[in-house]
Amino acid sequence: MRHIISLLLENESGALSRVAGLFSARGYNIEALTVAPTEDPTVSRMTIVTRGDERVIEQITKQLNKLIDVIKVLDISEADHIERELMLVKVRAKDQEREEIKRLADIFRGRIIDVTASSYVIEMTGASPKLDAFLANLAKDWIIEVVRSGPTGILRGERGLHL
Amino acid sequence: MDLSGAEIVVQALKDEGVEFIFGYPGGAVLHIYDALFGQEEVKHVLVRHEQGATHMADGYARATGKPGVVLATSGPGATNLVTGIATAYMDSSPLVVLTGQVPTPVIGSDAFQECDTVGITRPCVKHNFLVKDRHKLAETIKKAFYIATTGRPGPVLVDIPKDITDPKVKIPYHYPKTVHLRSYNPTVKGNPRQIRKAAELILEAKRPMIYSGGGVILGEASEELRELTRWLGFPITSTLMGLGAYPGTDRQFLGMLGMHGTYEANMAMHECDVLLAVGARFDDRVTGKLDEFCPYAKIIHIDVDPSSISKNVLVDIPIVGQAKPVLAELLVQLKASGRRPEAEALSAWWEQIERWRALDCLRYDRESSLIKPQYVVEQLWQVTRGKAYVTSDVGQHQMWVAQYYKFDYPRRWINSGGLGTMGFGLPAAIGVKLAFPEEDVVCVTGEASIQMCIQELSTALQYKTPIKIVNLNNRYMGMVRQWQEFTYESRYSHSYMDALPDFVKLAEAYGHVGMLIEKPQDVRPALEEAFSMKDKLVFLDFITDRTENVYPMVEAGKAQHQMRLPPWISPERELA
Repeated sequence: MRHIISLLLENESGALSRVAGLFSARGYNIEALTVAPTEDPTVSRMTIVTRGDERVIEQITKQLNKLIDVIKVLDISEADHIERELMLVKVRAKDQEREEIKRLADIFRGRIIDVTASSYVIEMTGASPKLDAFLANLAKDWIIEVVRSGPTGILRGERGLHL
Repeated sequence: MDLSGAEIVVQALKDEGVEFIFGYPGGAVLHIYDALFGQEEVKHVLVRHEQGATHMADGYARATGKPGVVLATSGPGATNLVTGIATAYMDSSPLVVLTGQVPTPVIGSDAFQECDTVGITRPCVKHNFLVKDRHKLAETIKKAFYIATTGRPGPVLVDIPKDITDPKVKIPYHYPKTVHLRSYNPTVKGNPRQIRKAAELILEAKRPMIYSGGGVILGEASEELRELTRWLGFPITSTLMGLGAYPGTDRQFLGMLGMHGTYEANMAMHECDVLLAVGARFDDRVTGKLDEFCPYAKIIHIDVDPSSISKNVLVDIPIVGQAKPVLAELLVQLKASGRRPEAEALSAWWEQIERWRALDCLRYDRESSLIKPQYVVEQLWQVTRGKAYVTSDVGQHQMWVAQYYKFDYPRRWINSGGLGTMGFGLPAAIGVKLAFPEEDVVCVTGEASIQMCIQELSTALQYKTPIKIVNLNNRYMGMVRQWQEFTYESRYSHSYMDALPDFVKLAEAYGHVGMLIEKPQDVRPALEEAFSMKDKLVFLDFITDRTENVYPMVEAGKAQHQMRLPPWISPERELA
């Protein structure tokens, strides 16, 4: 099962490597990892996408909690949540393809944020499967470059992960 | 009071009440060594290799319950510590390790004796710090002691760049009395509702079993464990790390469990219907084949570390908390219930256990003309009246001590259980002896292990630590040889110890006393003579039967009740 684990951790040098090191040392997999400071500059928010059965996920959350720099851990995929990922795609866009790509981007609610005579950069946010679907609809030889942020997520409603 | 960084380090250790610091000087810590000069409060013990410093501090910590403190320089000084830090980490031993680092402006430039100490040690410490601001030095040291000694204890490293300890820059010194970390709040008391559920399950047990581990010793819960076990009248077994928490000579104690556990302990584990696990972590050396571990048991698990619970074995009633308050509360609730364990079921269970015990699985050939290692350990137990602090290295000798030295007190059995570090025993014994100069301290070792930190014989002379070394010399890496005999058709690949030194002369060369013992009848007199030499380190080199194996043995992949017993013992025949 795919899980999204959110952490609050001390914004200290080395905190990221403690988390990453834990995953590699214990053989857990990381599909994606994002991290940035929060409104409180001493605290970072990290989102990890991982896979594992119930016992593995339980161990992951326990082991993360055990790290001294980690303040809070929440498996947000356990609850009603919103997941978003940002993607930037650079595509070859010439002749009649320019229209087709623009139409496709519109369907997926992407925005073209850079235009040259031969290329577009499309910005798109959404849950990861939507981004996957968009890429699947682009012809392979159109794609020059894909940059994805990895998913981030937040709980719906008033409940939140905070200090 | 204005102090330099180096003076802050030393003053902080004084304020922390540190008695000994085990270390080795070098470029990056010279300012700190200068600040140590001429003061007597913190006694510095100069080791011969940094690994020895970590094991000494570890031995000191395990015997006293106080944190062990280590000081080493950057680069090779720090990397030499790694084995000892990992040893302490695996056995949850509280260490505070201070390392020098190259000056902050040159960090990352591959400077002389530079290494990424924080990076190298990260996976084997509870936490570590790099101090980049001298104003945070005192507070960081306080945090290190706090983290090392609370919750599940462990080693904490503080890496201090040389410029931070510059004697010319003085700043106001303040050592905080307490520290608070918002991200670290270890659980102390267990959840009362979970404890009540545990009490109910315990009272319904027909074939109960208590399985206690090192956490009981670390958590100072030996008294509570004894009281609870006696009140319940239940059988109890212990892990390697937990020996001594419950008296080894008591009738309710079934001996150690696991790979080299007793027949009765492993059989009782396999057949029990309620298992109370306290401060133990269901290590693979205990469980054997996981699928068949305690197949009939409902399991209660008390542990201070939530990640130890349901890691290897799924448990029914988890209780997160320190062993001491949880066991005390459990006993209160049991007594308050007005009930007692079911007497009839319990007595039938004990009858079954006594039948297993009657097999006497630790019996060995007492008529042999060769010295049997088990005999040496038994005699050691008698000569020291079961009261010595015993350290060991790793291998067969370690298992024989665990089986034949009946520890009646906690903190007396000091060995590397988790990491299995050869070379641990001698320096650990020195650390223990410094803490308890009046007590008998013995290092039981083998001719392979002892050579891994033999240089510390020199430290032992300098600091007058007259320990006794019992070398069970079988000219093999015995445990390796045993596995090769059992699973590699006796192909003894590189497990023979050729070109051994003359240990008697070696001991003498280091300024100690050496004794060579080759006959069984000389074992007892030699031990008595050695222990009568109160102010001498005596190295007793026992030439033992080289083919002796450790039994029982649960071989890899086997379930706990499928023990390999010695050829002269047959449960099928004897228990029929």
